Parts: sequence; structure tokens; C-alpha cells
Amino acid sequence: MKGKERADDYATRRERLATLTEPELEERFWALADRLTKPLVELARTHTTPAIERSVLLRMGFSSMEAKGIVDHCAGAGLMGKGAGHVVLRMARRWRMPLRDAGLRLGLGEGWDEAATEFAAAETVGEMIR
Amino acid sequence: MKPDEKLDIEEILADLENYRPKRRGWTWREGRGERRTMGPFAYLDCSAPLACSVPLPASAAHFGGVDPQPNATITTEIASGRFEDDIRRMRMAAWHGADHIMVIRTAGQSHMDGLIEGTPQGVGGVPITRKQVRAQRKALDRIEDEVGRPINYHSYVSGVAGPEIAVLFAEEGVNGAHQDPQYNVLYRNVNMVRSFVDAAEAKRILAWAGIAQIDGAHNANATARQAWKVMPELLVQHAINCAFSVKVGLPKELVCLSTVPPTAPPAPRLRYDLPYAVAVRELFRDFKMRAQQNTKYMTSSTREATVTHTLDLLISALTSADIQSTITPDEGRNVPWHIYNMEGVDTARQALCGLDGIRELVALRRQEEPMAGAVRELKERAVLFMEEMLEAGGYFAAVEQGMFVDSGRYPERQGDGIVRQANGGVGADSVFERDPDYLAPVTAHFGFNNAAAYGPEAERDPASLVDGCTFEKPEKIVFVDELDPEDNVARRLEETAGLRDGSRVKPEMEWAGDGWVQTVLFLPVEERLARAAALEMGARMGLRDVEAIHVEPLHPAEGTRVEIKGRFDAEIVLSELAVPPEPDLLDEDEIRQAVKRRPIRIVAATVGEDEHSVGLREILDIKHGGVEGFGIECHYLGTSVPLEKLVDAAVEYDADAILASMIISHDDIHYRSMRRLHELAVEKGVRQRLALVCGGSQVSPELAVRQGVDAGFGRGTKGRHVASFLVRRGRRPTKRGDEA
Repeated sequence: MKGKERADDYATRRERLATLTEPELEERFWALADRLTKPLVELARTHTTPAIERSVLLRMGFSSMEAKGIVDHCAGAGLMGKGAGHVVLRMARRWRMPLRDAGLRLGLGEGWDEAATEFAAAETVGEMIR
Repeated sequence: MKPDEKLDIEEILADLENYRPKRRGWTWREGRGERRTMGPFAYLDCSAPLACSVPLPASAAHFGGVDPQPNATITTEIASGRFEDDIRRMRMAAWHGADHIMVIRTAGQSHMDGLIEGTPQGVGGVPITRKQVRAQRKALDRIEDEVGRPINYHSYVSGVAGPEIAVLFAEEGVNGAHQDPQYNVLYRNVNMVRSFVDAAEAKRILAWAGIAQIDGAHNANATARQAWKVMPELLVQHAINCAFSVKVGLPKELVCLSTVPPTAPPAPRLRYDLPYAVAVRELFRDFKMRAQQNTKYMTSSTREATVTHTLDLLISALTSADIQSTITPDEGRNVPWHIYNMEGVDTARQALCGLDGIRELVALRRQEEPMAGAVRELKERAVLFMEEMLEAGGYFAAVEQGMFVDSGRYPERQGDGIVRQANGGVGADSVFERDPDYLAPVTAHFGFNNAAAYGPEAERDPASLVDGCTFEKPEKIVFVDELDPEDNVARRLEETAGLRDGSRVKPEMEWAGDGWVQTVLFLPVEERLARAAALEMGARMGLRDVEAIHVEPLHPAEGTRVEIKGRFDAEIVLSELAVPPEPDLLDEDEIRQAVKRRPIRIVAATVGEDEHSVGLREILDIKHGGVEGFGIECHYLGTSVPLEKLVDAAVEYDADAILASMIISHDDIHYRSMRRLHELAVEKGVRQRLALVCGGSQVSPELAVRQGVDAGFGRGTKGRHVASFLVRRGRRPTKRGDEA
């Protein structure tokens, strides 16, 4: 697909801006920037990605390779919406083992069915996760 | 580190797994804008000087070595593909006044879904890894102690691994980063939804670490066919990234706009670029300006690039620059070489010092035409651009409709903009909605995080759920050393070990032992023949891999300038070199005492048809530290003095020595004059009691002595050198006819 062509019609388009003072013009500039970025920020606020989840796992003390393994399996198990770090945290508690050990186990692809059950159960009963 | 000792790369690489950076966050220069006196001058726009530096060449020669440091942080980009060799270049750059070192990433890293580990060699840049970053930061921690000024270390938080790289940078003490989701979308074809979602997390991490962010708008300038037409869009791109950054938590003082004067001579660039620079700085007055130099119109001419870049610096001085970036003048011909990083930094330092205080003398006519109208028009065109984006349905829709990087001057459109689809590109379908129970138990996480479900402490501090994350407990960071047994720094260092023990030397421009040399030729033939002839000559000089890196016709028939590069493969054993000894100077008091005991009288002149007098006066005059100051009696005969008259005067004054200045050197006339001076002294029977001393900017001491005179002095000679020689030689018997 190609963008559209158009002659320079600045002179007519600017008519609605002609009466603005320069501070008012700058105000409009920033108001537009605000409106354009608001939905982008909302999108970011409510979504996550494999890179974000790997960055969470790095901060939790996993190596880049370990983080990649965990996130790949997390996506495969359909649990990205829970947060990969969250899955590690919950399974460490469930398995009563250190966080790192739980993460390494999940990174090997083990325990994901159990993880899916864990989160599904929490949703069904509306349990507060403690 | 000691100034006269080489940096020990093995020491830098040792025990890296336990190294922690000294500090976090961006640092500005200290003492900016304080009026300060250095040498004979007062400076208005300079910051605190360095503890160690290499002053500009003219400073060393004429200004007592003063080295004023401009207010702006000065950037140089160093990324040859071998980070271990880049570290030495970083040290040199710091001594030349750079305090912002940017590392370009290896080709393709922005499409790597995850971090790279180890130290593989890069192409057109360096693979950014934890080991590489930690080693360079460790080296810079030492270098900044040496020069006495913090050095900001910088690379890129873009591509599909942005948030992870941001974490790496926060953990490893990186101070600056490029981060602009639009760059991913337009130039790297990363899926645009993914790019903005990732960017929010990355920016939040940068904010936590105090890392200064630089945006990517300058790339539109470099990509557009006619760069001066893309100005309205540049304002829009800056606005999108700035507004987005602030909304996700970056403070404005960490948000830097990468702004380039878009055009270059022969365009009348100031009429285009100066109103644009003013418009950017007015619209974004709360943010920081990273003034970049123009790359769009660079050719292989380093001279032309330097002039364009100097005009860029003029625009910075007339408006403002918090960070002054530099582009190496060889970027149009090489992956930048050591010497050109220094040239780029020196050009910035030289121009900004020269322009010191310009705004006290010159004001922009901001409220008058044509400036007033031009600035207003740019702002209006940018507003119209964003209005159409909203009409189109927002940012994603605008990109889908090819509104960006169109070569028309908006609202004109040529229909050649970059088109991306919201559901296409690298990493499409990799964005997931967060569930109501989504959780990320770490610090500096952006967006919805249901930590409250785990109690009030977790809500306040999500990382408390994991007993602190790596940001609070860096000991949790997992250091990965090497993954590839062949492609790593240890293997590369083995190959060049012999060049690091101080026994041998080989030329280098990028990497230790690369052998690159550059040669300039003028060939009195047309361009195509000149290129072919130059390559042949390079090969016959014994160079390998000869390439013409710059070919510039000086006249279609009369000739061509050709610059070639090639590899010189031999290593020189330093112990086999015949190095002339350092001049053994006498102590100044020692000279005075000796002259008092045995007075010395000389006659001096510039000889032949030569009107130069400055050099000889510097050797003679008491006020320049000349030989008069040691009590030596001088009879100065002036310029263009015939040799015979000089010898006669020496006889007449019963002098101990003749000082003959010989500046003109065409066709070796100076060496012929030396021979003649010697012969005249012999003919007149005074050669043995008369010391013949010849000096000049083109005089080689060894060649002078071969002509029969007693001593030759070249460029850089001071009175003390000549006086030491005269005292050592001692006073000869003065009775005439000794040799008769």
C-alpha cells in the first residue's frame, strides 16, 4: 500500500490557525500530542509482551536464557495474561521451593498443566491470592 | 591508571562477575556557565576543566596548553565491532573532552528476541551483552577517575528486546539510552503495538535508573529524500515520544530530543535550519536538546563533513545544546577510525570554545521577518499534521496511511511515506492482554499490576514479594560469561597478544593490529584513471586490501585527489629502531652560570632571499625565553642577509657562533645554504673557532649536520635548546688565524 499524494494546501488549511496567538498555537500542539498518545499509553497499561515478561524475570534473578525458556512455555500454556513472574511466584509457593528452583523447573517445560489448574481454580472460586 | 601507562584490558576483564558500577544515572558537566579565567582568557560558556586532557593542537603550541571545556556534554560514537579495542579509543576520547560515549549495536540486534550473552564480534557495531557492558562500564569508571569528570555511557533500548535491555542497562550503570518506539516501527518494521507496549515498560525502567533518554526523530531527517521538507514531521515525532514518555513516568529533564540541522551547504542552510532549531527549542522548552550533527548529506570528503559539522555547532551556539553529539568526519568512507573520533570531538571543542560568549554579541532577530514567519509556519504545519493524524484515527492509522517519512513538505504529500500495518511486522501477535489477576513482582514495572491482591506491602512495593528484585539486590543478577568457545574476546586477544607487551608496533585504525593506513595522492589524470592508478600504487607500496576511499576531481583534465587505504602487514620491533635521543638540556641556571664564566657572543640572521624573522627572534629575544636571557651577547643582522656578509660579521665581532635561520626550503635550498655557509667559513679560515648553527621549520638536525654545520634545529626549538648546545660546545680560542 502506498500513501496518498497531495499538493501543498497549507495556505487554506492554516486559516483556522491564523487567529491563534503563538502561545495558543503551542497549547494546541501539546493538546494534540496528548490526545494522540493517550490511547497508546492505555494500550501499554493493559497489555504485556514476551519482552516485558522476560524483563520481569531478569529482575527476579533469572538469566536471559532462563527467562526466555520460562516465557516461551508461559505463552504455550496460555498464561501470559497472568504474568510470567506471577506464575513462577505462585508455583514456588505451591511447590514450597525457592523461587529460582521453581523458575528453572518451569523453564524446562515442567509443571505447566499444574500451573494452568492453579490459576483456573483461583479464577473459579474468586479466591484472593495470598 | 597512570597517564603514561597503557590500559590493561586483561585486568578490566578479570573478575567481571563480581564487578558493580560506581553509580547510576545521567550526569551533567559541573560548573557550567560560570565565568572562569584560563590562561590569558575569560570564558563565559565553559564548564569545569579536566584533570588530564590532550589540549587542542594550537593550545599546546601557542596558548600554554589551556583546555577550556564547553558547557555541553560532548558525545562520540565508538563501536568498531570489537569492544575490547573500543575501550582504548574511549580513553583517548575522554582525554579529548568527550563525556558521553555511545555504543552502536551490531547489525540485526534490534530483531533479536532476547538478550545476547558473551562477547561475539560485531558488524557495524558491537553486540550489546552483559559482559561487554560491564567491561566497558568498569573501564569508564577508571577513565572518569583519571580525567576527573563523570563519563556517561550510552547504547540503545530499541528493537524487540527493549524492556530486557533497559533492565540490563539499569543494573549495569548505563547512563543514557536511545528509546523511541517510532524508530522500531518506521525503520525496523517492529510491530507497532508491540513497540509501544514494550516502550512503556522500558521507559519506566529508564526513569527508575535515572537514565537519560534520546529519541529517534533524527532518523527521519536521514531517511527523507529532501531533508529540509521533513521538518514539520520531525516536530510531530518529537511530540509523540515526549508526550508518551512523560505519561509513562519519565521526568522531562531525562527526555532529550535528538535534533539535527536538517540540511547542509551548498544549501543556504542557516536560513532553513536556524528557524527550525528555534521552533524545536520553543515547543520543547521543558525538555533537553541533544544536538546531533548532519549525516544526511555527508560524502567521503572529511573536509566537507567538518565544515558542515562546524556550521551545526554554530547553530547549537546560537540556540542551545545540552548534549552536543559528534559524527566522525570519516563516516562517509569508513566504519569510524580512532583518529576521526578524536577529530570529531576536537571539532566540537574547538568550535564551541571559539564561539564562547557569542550570544552576548549576537542576538537572533526572533520577532522580525523572516525568522518570525518561518518559526510560526513550522509550528502550524506540525499542528496540521497532528490534526490529520487524529482525523485518520490516531497514531496507528496514520502510520498505516503512510503519513510518516513522506518526502513532501507537510501538508504536501508525495505518497512515498513508510507504510506499516498495525497487525504486521516483527513481533506481530505477541501482545497479550493482562488478566485482572496479572502480577509482576518487581520494581519499576509500568501499568496494571494486581499486587494489591497480595496485601498492602506488596501493593506499595511489588518486589517485596520476591524479597527484593535485582534493582534492590544486585547480588541476584545472573552473570553469564561466554557461550561461544570460538567467537569471544579471549580468542581475539590471543591473536594480538604480541602487540600488547610493548615489544612491537603495527598501525591500527579500528582494531589492534589491523594494519590500516591511509595515503593521499594527487594524480595529474582524470578521475577513472586516477582511481585505477592509485590502487596500483597502493599495491606497489606493499599494502594489502587496497581501496580508494575518496576520489575527488580537482579539474576534469588536470588531475584528481585520491585517498586510498590499505593494510600494512609488518610489525616493527621497537628495540631495533634507531630513535634519536631526547635533547639533553642544561638547567637554565647552569647555562647562566656557564655564560658568566665564559661569555658567548653570536651573530644571527635569516639568510638568503628570506624575509622570515619571527622564528629567529623567538630564539634570540629575552622576552620569548631566547638566548639573550642567558646572558649571551647577540648581534642580529636582520633578514635576507647574504651568507658571506654573515660570516664577515662573525669575524668582525669576533663571535663564537653563527645562528642562521633558513625558513625557505623549496628544492632543498636550505641544505645547500648550509653547505655554502660551511665552505665560506673554511675559506675565510674561521671554521674551527666558529660554531655554525642553522634552524628552521623544515630543518632536520641529522641532515643539517651532514651538510657540514655543527647543529641543526627544527620546529619547536626554544632558546634553551640552542643555549645548551652553545655552552656545551665551549668557547674556542679567539685569536685570528688559528687555521691558517
